[in-house]
Amino acid sequence: MKLVAKNVDKDGEGYVNLVPENTEDMWHVYNLVSEGDYVSCSTIRKVQTESSTGSSNSYRVRTTLTICVEGIDFDTQACVLRLKGRNIEENKYVKTGAYHTLDVELNRKFGLRKPKWDSIALERVDLACDLTQHADVAAVVMQEGIAHVCLITSNMTIVRAKIDQVIPRKRKGSVSQHEKGLARFYDSIMQAILRHVNFDVVKCIILASPGFVKDQLMNYMVQQAVKTDNKTIIDNKSMFVLVHSSSGFKHSLREVLTDPAVISRISDTKAAREVKALESFWAMLQTDPSRAFYGKKHVLAASEAQAIETLLISDKLFRCQNITERKEYVSLVETVRDANGDVKIFSSLHISGEQLEQLTGVAAILRFPMPELEDEEESDDSDQNN
Amino acid sequence: MHKYQQESKKIGKQSFAYAWVLDETGEERERGITMDVGQSKFETSTKAITLLDAPGHKDFIPNMIIGATQADVALLVDATRGEFETGFDSGGQTREHALLLRSLDRFNEIVNKISVFLKQAGFKETVTCVPCSGLSGENIVTKPKAEGLSNWYTGPTLVEVIDNFKCPERPVDKPLRFSVNDIFKNIGSGFSISGHMETGMVSVGDKVLVLPRNEPAVIKGIQADDANITHAFAGDQVCLSLSGIDQQNLAIGDIVCSLAYPVPTTTCFQAHIVVFQIKMPITNGMSVVLHQQSLVEPAVITKLVAQLNRSSGEVIKKKPRCLIKNTSAIVQITTQRPICVELHKDVKQLGRVMLRVDGTTIAAGLVTKIV
Repeated sequence: MKLVAKNVDKDGEGYVNLVPENTEDMWHVYNLVSEGDYVSCSTIRKVQTESSTGSSNSYRVRTTLTICVEGIDFDTQACVLRLKGRNIEENKYVKTGAYHTLDVELNRKFGLRKPKWDSIALERVDLACDLTQHADVAAVVMQEGIAHVCLITSNMTIVRAKIDQVIPRKRKGSVSQHEKGLARFYDSIMQAILRHVNFDVVKCIILASPGFVKDQLMNYMVQQAVKTDNKTIIDNKSMFVLVHSSSGFKHSLREVLTDPAVISRISDTKAAREVKALESFWAMLQTDPSRAFYGKKHVLAASEAQAIETLLISDKLFRCQNITERKEYVSLVETVRDANGDVKIFSSLHISGEQLEQLTGVAAILRFPMPELEDEEESDDSDQNN
Repeated sequence: MHKYQQESKKIGKQSFAYAWVLDETGEERERGITMDVGQSKFETSTKAITLLDAPGHKDFIPNMIIGATQADVALLVDATRGEFETGFDSGGQTREHALLLRSLDRFNEIVNKISVFLKQAGFKETVTCVPCSGLSGENIVTKPKAEGLSNWYTGPTLVEVIDNFKCPERPVDKPLRFSVNDIFKNIGSGFSISGHMETGMVSVGDKVLVLPRNEPAVIKGIQADDANITHAFAGDQVCLSLSGIDQQNLAIGDIVCSLAYPVPTTTCFQAHIVVFQIKMPITNGMSVVLHQQSLVEPAVITKLVAQLNRSSGEVIKKKPRCLIKNTSAIVQITTQRPICVELHKDVKQLGRVMLRVDGTTIAAGLVTKIV
């Protein structure tokens, strides 16, 4: 993302102008915009005119509109962000108060004005404009009959293809059906990899599975590539990393990202760091349950006692439409930081983020045990799970 | 058999010649391990036995579970230390009997160790241990002749033990439930499914319902051992050929049931689980792999309802924050896609679930409530 202009005054009111450059930036924008913000952006509007005789004709014009955002819609598959709202700056095509839906487009400047920029939002802008953070990895997790082809960027895990096929089991005296089924399965995975993975962009391609599925797939791909003279696979053979996972379901990515072989290849991406943080939370919960807490109520209480060493929080909580609630979370993050605590904001599109969300979205590892928290009845977890 | 010996010799794995009888895929033979369940039949004087050869390797435990859920009796052969733990975590489901064999030396020592372990794991009925050798055939069908063994062992042979097994109760009078374990093409047209008759009976020409996708179908034929039969009863391992249904609309783990009494489908149910030795505690939102009969499905533990006393079943704590190892609890489990489950008190076979994370079994449970 490119930052074109930024003007935020002391009270936090102001605007930034940004140019999103890739799909990941769309995710950042999605996390920045909240209801009530003003977004101005070039867009296409269908305009209808009525002549004096009563005949109407319509045509499309490109114009710049500023809307007050009422609805935010993000499509994770296509990475398209749509903002719905009322126009606030009248021009010759569109009246004030008319509804319009903006598509935030790649490589086109847009302006975002907020009545209050908090620290989380400003941090997000910096993060989005930091080019060194980019690291793309493709991963295929599979087991016999099931495979997920995923792209992992620093803030998103996107399932590009899901393959679910029935492979007949071996039967007495006939294994040909089993072997044919396997070949068909490997072929579908290979086609999915070729279609969805851009070999120029990704750092490596992780093949993960229990047993020997990964080795068999690799063999199959090399054989096929030699047969069909497929240069993409032959030239990039060294990019494939084979690691173990316990199953072919999407949540196995968590295991994959903690594998030492993968860590050394992708160094320190956000995805791997998040997985690690969550793992240490669970480890703490096992060894010393009075130093690990989750749920808003417990974490807030721990924060008041300045007990939080590491705060794990899902970015979904900052996207909530309720402004007071968002403020609560922002101040939680700020208090923890002021007390020299470590704050890890999880992307809800990652596997680890999904799991944290299931865990009420916020969790904390404490500096010292607070057994008194444990005894409190968790009465309000029903409204946290929404 | 001679052929296997020759071929295995060729790739330098002569000792695997017997294993090749059931390990038929190239991959299994090359690597010398069983990866998926193999099937064979034999008859003793009182019973017709279906033998399932299940894999022992850690990564193929899911396949072993699928095999184990179909079995009445477990035959544990030559188990090394590591295999116990993984094997028995899941073995607790199959139970009924476990028959342990061990090479002739060290027999007593091993027997002691295993009996203690099995009692802990909750095997209620007695475990029988028989020393024998698969390679030389010692003490399998005939009484041992070798000096070393006949001197001290006077118990029954392996086949005698199998002959004396009490047949588990077959719920034939309950509505039909058949769990799909494999889907494959027939030699002619159409396709077949193989699996295990859990309860009830089925005849050729019956109209059935395949859940959770709710597809009706007609039974065109029933095969057991490549022979056509007209009826199949609870406990049988059979292949059903179906018509009136597309192969795409079937998946492994589906349940074939009677039209009048369909099996309940749900995405959310409560289970009474027993937590095994686990590294990480179970919390809300933990993603697990759910095993139930042949079904393998990703699931999430969405709520920890109550922690229970292991022996008395009393509620210790409502809504616990986490479950640590060796505890017992009621939890709520949610799957993405609907699955077929029954309350454990209604149909035992479909009311048992197993939860696995990172390749280890973390808990086994009984379905107590369908939400």
